[in-house]
Amino acid sequence: MSRMWAIVERELRRFRRSPFLIVVSMIFPLVQLIILGYAFGGNVKHLKLAVVDQDHGLPAVKIRELAEAAASGARTVDLIDYADEGQAVTDLRNGKVNGVLTIPPEFSRRVLVKNQPRVALIEDNTDTVVANALAGNMSALLLAYNEPPTAARVPAKAALDVVEVYPYVPYIQYLLPGSIAMSIFMMVMIGGGIIFIDDKARGLHEGYLVTPITKLELIAGFNVSGTIKAVLAGMAIMLIGSLIAGVPSPFDPLRIVRLFVLIVVTAFALISMMFLLMVRITDPLLPRAIFGVLNTVLYFPSGAVYPQQGFPGWMQVIAKIDPFTYSVHAFKSLLLKNTGFDAITGDILYLLAFSVVTMTAATSLFKRTL
Amino acid sequence: MSLAIDVRSIVKKFGEFTAVDGVSFAVEEGEIFGLLGPNGAGKSTLIRMLVTLLPPTSGTALVSGFDITKQADDVRRAIGVIPQAMTSDLELSVEENLLIYAKLYGVPREKRNKLIPELLESVELLQWKDKQVKFLSGGMRRRVEIARGLVHEPRVFFLDEPTTGLDPVSRTAVWEMLRRIKSQRDLTILITTHYMDEADKLCDRIAIVDHGKLVALDSPLTLKASIPGKNVLEASFSATPPDWEARLKTLPFVEGVAAHENVYRLSSGNGPATTLALMEAAAAASVTVHSLAVQSTTLDDVFVHYTGRALRDELQEASAKDSPFMIRRA
Repeated sequence: MSRMWAIVERELRRFRRSPFLIVVSMIFPLVQLIILGYAFGGNVKHLKLAVVDQDHGLPAVKIRELAEAAASGARTVDLIDYADEGQAVTDLRNGKVNGVLTIPPEFSRRVLVKNQPRVALIEDNTDTVVANALAGNMSALLLAYNEPPTAARVPAKAALDVVEVYPYVPYIQYLLPGSIAMSIFMMVMIGGGIIFIDDKARGLHEGYLVTPITKLELIAGFNVSGTIKAVLAGMAIMLIGSLIAGVPSPFDPLRIVRLFVLIVVTAFALISMMFLLMVRITDPLLPRAIFGVLNTVLYFPSGAVYPQQGFPGWMQVIAKIDPFTYSVHAFKSLLLKNTGFDAITGDILYLLAFSVVTMTAATSLFKRTL
Repeated sequence: MSLAIDVRSIVKKFGEFTAVDGVSFAVEEGEIFGLLGPNGAGKSTLIRMLVTLLPPTSGTALVSGFDITKQADDVRRAIGVIPQAMTSDLELSVEENLLIYAKLYGVPREKRNKLIPELLESVELLQWKDKQVKFLSGGMRRRVEIARGLVHEPRVFFLDEPTTGLDPVSRTAVWEMLRRIKSQRDLTILITTHYMDEADKLCDRIAIVDHGKLVALDSPLTLKASIPGKNVLEASFSATPPDWEARLKTLPFVEGVAAHENVYRLSSGNGPATTLALMEAAAAASVTVHSLAVQSTTLDDVFVHYTGRALRDELQEASAKDSPFMIRRA
């Protein structure tokens, strides 16, 4: 296998002289981690809520006071008083306010006679996140409104106590496993797939094919070198990303060893997949063209940014095959829960099986001649 | 003398298209053998089959005694190849390029430590050994490739258009280096080139290939003697009478006339006598001679005679299959 190591040596010498490649393949996952982490991770604040009080009775004043308390406390909403409900709805449609809280004229009377008192929340449901935040906030407000002035000494209602097993996980930490898998994929794609096709197009492979190197040595050389490059990228993003996201004890040696093993297995699975995709391609533009599509198809269904339980059936099928799914799940276990190998054995086995299948298919498709 | 290359009725088809059509020839050990032909004639396909890059459709060849279809690995160990495309690793240094290939050929450490500096000395690149290839000129890169192709001491060296695209000084340098390397080693060289003057000076024998077939094979001297005329007159005229070509054929010592638009090429057994007669005939017919050149028969004439195409026809549109990244030499 000494010839295989010649290919590996050549690839790594080139890699060392291409700092631009290293930086590019690391910047994207890091930028994505930071931007997405902070963009999606925060709570919605300062939503403009139009209040149309058509009742002015005491119960209406109480509703209004509770809304003001929410506005000055959590600052989820900023209240704007409207006298005319029509104008408030027009402003909602024009985007000047995010919701309209209407207290109808009969509200106080209905409260007193206990005849289904209602307030209305008219919301802009084109923005689901904002709409949900407003609805949640107003529901909480009405719950508080409906509480009796004095609580019973022994509550008769069943209550839920939530016990969190792990410390609070901010969204940026939730994203980190996907970013590590992404950095491995980026290096596999740029440092593996694209360079492989470019070299083929430039005729560099002809140089190899006229030497006595065997098909197996050649394939092993490409894949081992690709795996090494991807592991370096994955380890770097794992450490830098852990520091940025504030993962506790990022330098715990035992966890780093486990993560290293997982990164190696992920890198090998992805390079095998890449090799299968590229083995018969000769046009250098093609890997560039499918880069974005592959990125989307692998990254988003993996559960890296959103729980898979929310996916439609067809997307869950993609998620089941997607190697990212198992890699991201295993990274979450190790990074966010600090588990051992027991929790990720299934993931590792899937990634290894995936590597064997794709590598076998790629090897059978690889041609030793032009 | 034993044979370095023995090509036996080799055929290569790509679908319906026959690129190489039953070619047979033999190259003796120690020869410099030139393979000439217009673009698309099948030269590169032929070389690619001989170096085991393409399997033949039928027929076979022995290279250094090994069958290209049955003993491909033995062939690969025995040959050095400079493909048509630039295949040096631009990111690696000159020495690293040779080192990686020495390892790919399994050259032992002691041997490569001795051989690499020797080869770099031969191609006059020793002082640039630590420079990345991307900083070298085209001619220097070609010399890197020549040294790289010899790093495992092959017995047969295949070079596919190694000087195309180089300036005249670099071309001369490459050829001189090849000649010097050949004088120092037990080496057979098979080379394709578009430069007839180089082939004329350097090749012991030349094969001309056209439409996938071998159309001529001999030494440059014999090939030149094989076509009509010792001299070629190339002349252009003002308005000529309709029977002008017929009249030119009747001039003394003229053995053949070929007309291309307003340019006439006359093969003559006696250049000066035909020139004189031509001027007289033009004056008598009130035809003005715009240009007139007389030259001895060259390999260009041999090439045109056998392939029926002028060298300028080599300029062609890029193929749709050409990669935008491919560094072509012509």
